[in-house]
Amino acid sequence: MPIIVVEVMPKAELLDPQGKAVAGALARLGKSRFTGVRLGKRFEVTFEGEADDASLAEVRELAESILSNSVIEDVVSVRFEGGATRAAGAHAAETPVDAPGSAA
Amino acid sequence: MRIGVVTFPGSLDDRDAQRAVRMAGAEAVALWHGEHDLHGVDAIVLPGGFSYGDYLRAGAIASLSPIMAEVIVAANRGVPVLGICNGFQMLAEAHLLPGGLIRNDHGTFICRDQRLRVENTSTAWTNGFSDAAEITIPLKNGEGGFVADAETIARLEGEGRVAFRYLGMNPNGSINDIAGVTNARGNVVGLMPHPEHAIEEGFGPDTPAAMRSGIDGLTVFTSAIAALVAAA
Repeated sequence: MPIIVVEVMPKAELLDPQGKAVAGALARLGKSRFTGVRLGKRFEVTFEGEADDASLAEVRELAESILSNSVIEDVVSVRFEGGATRAAGAHAAETPVDAPGSAA
Repeated sequence: MRIGVVTFPGSLDDRDAQRAVRMAGAEAVALWHGEHDLHGVDAIVLPGGFSYGDYLRAGAIASLSPIMAEVIVAANRGVPVLGICNGFQMLAEAHLLPGGLIRNDHGTFICRDQRLRVENTSTAWTNGFSDAAEITIPLKNGEGGFVADAETIARLEGEGRVAFRYLGMNPNGSINDIAGVTNARGNVVGLMPHPEHAIEEGFGPDTPAAMRSGIDGLTVFTSAIAALVAAA
């Protein structure tokens, strides 16, 4: 069955205590050139039906309304597993979206 | 007066909230997350805990439960609704209150008796406090950092919708030391600290008078009863 991957990150302007804790651990291990870590979420949504633009649009709507909270998070990517932002056969760049709403 | 307390999978303080309702002089009605039935209650408490293990986001999955559809309808009708800690997170996730709650800025869980100032004494849950009353009730959370965009914060401050503010120290990084907020109508209030744990002498926070004698939280519940009586 097809899979759509959704990636959600804490808003850039908000403190990310989890990422900060990980960065602190790296620094304590002497990896101090890695000065920042931000920690988000990746969802893999398996579904029945066609891997088409309608499915992608439906998951994008779910990503904005349920999988993320727009007060504290941004949806940074909604794509088919493998990277396509459009259904196979559609003419579109096979790269993840950079920001919500930027994909077709 | 009948005040409902909703139990979700992972609620911890539902029975404490029921007890607080009874101590305040109302009948406590146990409500269940999986039902669409509010049993005709006059007010609703969403209690603290870790519904669904805080999976996805704290309060997020609970905010989608069947009972919450009814809570949203009731809240929009003017029924008093109080969200405590996880209940506050649910109200934010359900968009009944503005803002969101994120992990404490210091990265650890915190549990302490917390001083607060009651900033708005005209809500359904705060009308029994004197203006700018300073109270002490327990606080215990890992994700209590209240955040919202600058425009929302300015609106909340300008409209007097900050219901409670932390005093002495900010325990979780909340913007403007905000501990609790109300909706514009004043019937929906959410706060991170726990008024239901400061309702009976012997079991509350310490006070200068005696150990564990603090009952500042009781006024939250008696306020709701007073609001219901006034509206009747």
